[in-house]
Amino acid sequence: MKRSVFLGTLAGAALLAGYASAATLDDVKARGVLNCGVNTGLTGFGAPDATGNYTGFDVAICKAVAAAVLGDASKVKYTPTTGETRFTALASGEVDMLARNSTWTYSRDNDLKLDFVAVNYYDGQGFMVKKDLGVASAKELDGATVCIQTGTTTELNLADFFKENNITYTPVTVADDAEAQRQYVAGACDAFTTDASGLAATRATLPDAENHIILPEIISKEPLGPVVRHGDNNWGDIVRWTFYALVAAEEMGITSANVEEVAGSTQNPEVKRLLGLEGDLGAMMGLDKDWGKRAIAASGNYGEIFAANIGESTPIGLARGLNALWTQGGLQYAPPFR
Amino acid sequence: MAYVAEAPKESFRLSMLIYDTRFRSITIQVIVLILALLFVGWLTDNTIKNLAAKDKDINFSFLWNRAGYDIDQQLIPYTNDSTHGRAAVVGLLNTLVVAFFGCILATIIGVFAGVLRLSNNWLVARIMTVYVEIFRNVPLLLWIILAFTVFSETRPEPKDYKITAPMVELVKQKMTEEGETLPPDFKVTPRMVSSYADELEAAGIEPPQTEIFFGTVAVTNRGSNIPMPLLSRPLGGFEVAGVPISFSVLAVFALLAASIFVSRKLSRRAAAIQEETGVRPVIWWKNLAIIVLPVSLLLWAMGLHWEIPGFATDEFGVSKGFNIVGGINVAHSFTALLIALSLYTGAYIAEAVRGGILAISRGQTEAAYALGLRPGKTMRLVILPQALRVIIPPLISQYLNLTKNTTLGMAISYLDLKGTLGGITLNQTGRELECMLLMMLIYLILSLIISSLMNVFNTAMKLKER
Repeated sequence: MKRSVFLGTLAGAALLAGYASAATLDDVKARGVLNCGVNTGLTGFGAPDATGNYTGFDVAICKAVAAAVLGDASKVKYTPTTGETRFTALASGEVDMLARNSTWTYSRDNDLKLDFVAVNYYDGQGFMVKKDLGVASAKELDGATVCIQTGTTTELNLADFFKENNITYTPVTVADDAEAQRQYVAGACDAFTTDASGLAATRATLPDAENHIILPEIISKEPLGPVVRHGDNNWGDIVRWTFYALVAAEEMGITSANVEEVAGSTQNPEVKRLLGLEGDLGAMMGLDKDWGKRAIAASGNYGEIFAANIGESTPIGLARGLNALWTQGGLQYAPPFR
Repeated sequence: MAYVAEAPKESFRLSMLIYDTRFRSITIQVIVLILALLFVGWLTDNTIKNLAAKDKDINFSFLWNRAGYDIDQQLIPYTNDSTHGRAAVVGLLNTLVVAFFGCILATIIGVFAGVLRLSNNWLVARIMTVYVEIFRNVPLLLWIILAFTVFSETRPEPKDYKITAPMVELVKQKMTEEGETLPPDFKVTPRMVSSYADELEAAGIEPPQTEIFFGTVAVTNRGSNIPMPLLSRPLGGFEVAGVPISFSVLAVFALLAASIFVSRKLSRRAAAIQEETGVRPVIWWKNLAIIVLPVSLLLWAMGLHWEIPGFATDEFGVSKGFNIVGGINVAHSFTALLIALSLYTGAYIAEAVRGGILAISRGQTEAAYALGLRPGKTMRLVILPQALRVIIPPLISQYLNLTKNTTLGMAISYLDLKGTLGGITLNQTGRELECMLLMMLIYLILSLIISSLMNVFNTAMKLKER
């Protein structure tokens, strides 16, 4: 009898091991909540507001996916992750997707077994310094102490940049943006380096923003985008096309305000397909017809999300630049919905 | 006729494994061993299966790849072109150096606090009690962060040490007013500037911060810059696996060891004379001379001088650059970690010392007093050597704790083994399991080495029984 109990345990364990890689879509639907990995706090991109609700440019993607899959943009459980913990949280299944300014690189895509499904922000690494330091270019930072977030691509870019320019620096490695900001403000480092968008966000939260400048050098390419686990293509497609639905919506002039109106009046076949009035695009991904409409209604199209969280009318004040639509000289380009 | 009953034939039945006390304990042990092995096997198998399900394998080849990141405190040469393996070694050395100095400091603090806690002086004993209780009852992490915050928030920024052009102008002007003729390429030194601090303040210029210890040590909010010993006539050296080994340092240590050997011989001779005649010859100054003189001579011959830290300056004495350069830069993460670890562990060692002393019977003290020994000597020569036998075993575990607690340095960005191998390398390569296993193995080996060394010491100190 003892033996059978033991064998039973073994068999159970083997089954458990097998269950680990079930389809994410089914898990999310069964759970009724989307687990989304976000930043611990980067104003504009992903940070809790005064009432504790997460808002931001990256967070809006979580909301759009939740709206598309579950039909309710509020059914998201936000898990704050640091640069160190984010990929482990995703790989272990703690979160279903990451929407947390993470740079798409070759080794992350292949070696870490992740899938970057799209680029929601084309960024580059920059430096912020205090104005009274009297520095106008990153190349003048010879011998400076630089605050840097550990576990990031910026850490490696920084080493490369200083090496390439034959200058030296002292690194101060910190775990997250908040700590980096504290050290930078306290003067523990001369310069703070991270993605230029992150610098703008950090600068916006400083009480004396006018005393800090972002140096003109952009020393790297940082395509930031949502990430899913490698191997579950269906789930990857859902996140990818939810994002592209937002971009396409901007191209087609569909906003959160007029989405119902457009749905009622449009004669454009592609708009009809996107909004589920024609064809069965949703079913191809295992979703219902209205997924696109709900995703757009959640926080608006790509342009609306940009303007509301990080655009020029916000304290962060980022220009669209590379992130304008391709029709306006930018790189945001949604593949056709057909 | 006597009837001899035939002895019952021994036959082994399976049930005897359970019901026969001769076999039962072995049976149970075998079953538990099998279960334990099966559990380990299942864990390994499950790990490999789950890794395979995520398309991952166990592979340590990343240790030979380029690391690509920089480490601020490095005891052996390291650049971002070095491998992840070398970064791990740099981290390990950082762990070892803080653990080594931490153990020494904690022992000193602990012995003093432990002895003083038993002092007859009410105030001293209470102060030590307060110290022990405060440090034992607040988490170590908080002490580490507190120590770091105190340094980084209270000390001035490096730029406050800078000498600016207006300062140089004013100092020159004042000196000219005082009737000195200055050549056009006259260079103003930090000392001149600080001697005109009042005049600077009167002119509305904040005078620069001055370095402490006669202008040799600067403590900024980033780190402490201390003078670095340099040799103008070094003896050369060689490299082992990229680690430079200097003959000069080896020579100094060899000479020091020889001196100590000679001085011990002298002490033994003194003890023999005391045994014979009852009078101990005065030898302390001879010992001191034997240890200090040869090494000083050697250092002088090699041309020892000190590199004083300070800002780089232009030809007029105006500071340039962002940081104080030259000398040895000790980051505050190291200092704070060292202070917090040694004060925290020192509190525990103090308790071990106090327990050890209390374990020695009162009769020993009274006997020593009866022989005419003063309290200080009684403690040093009679009580502590005996107490040591009781103190050493708990001391071993405190040393182990201190070594393992160095991993908390990650809270203040101290790049020890946990910071390099278990932090940045793990993040950049995504090899969580490999890094964790390797790190656990290294800490295990480290702890075993420390405890075996201390066990050797313990055996040497143990009461020799015949």
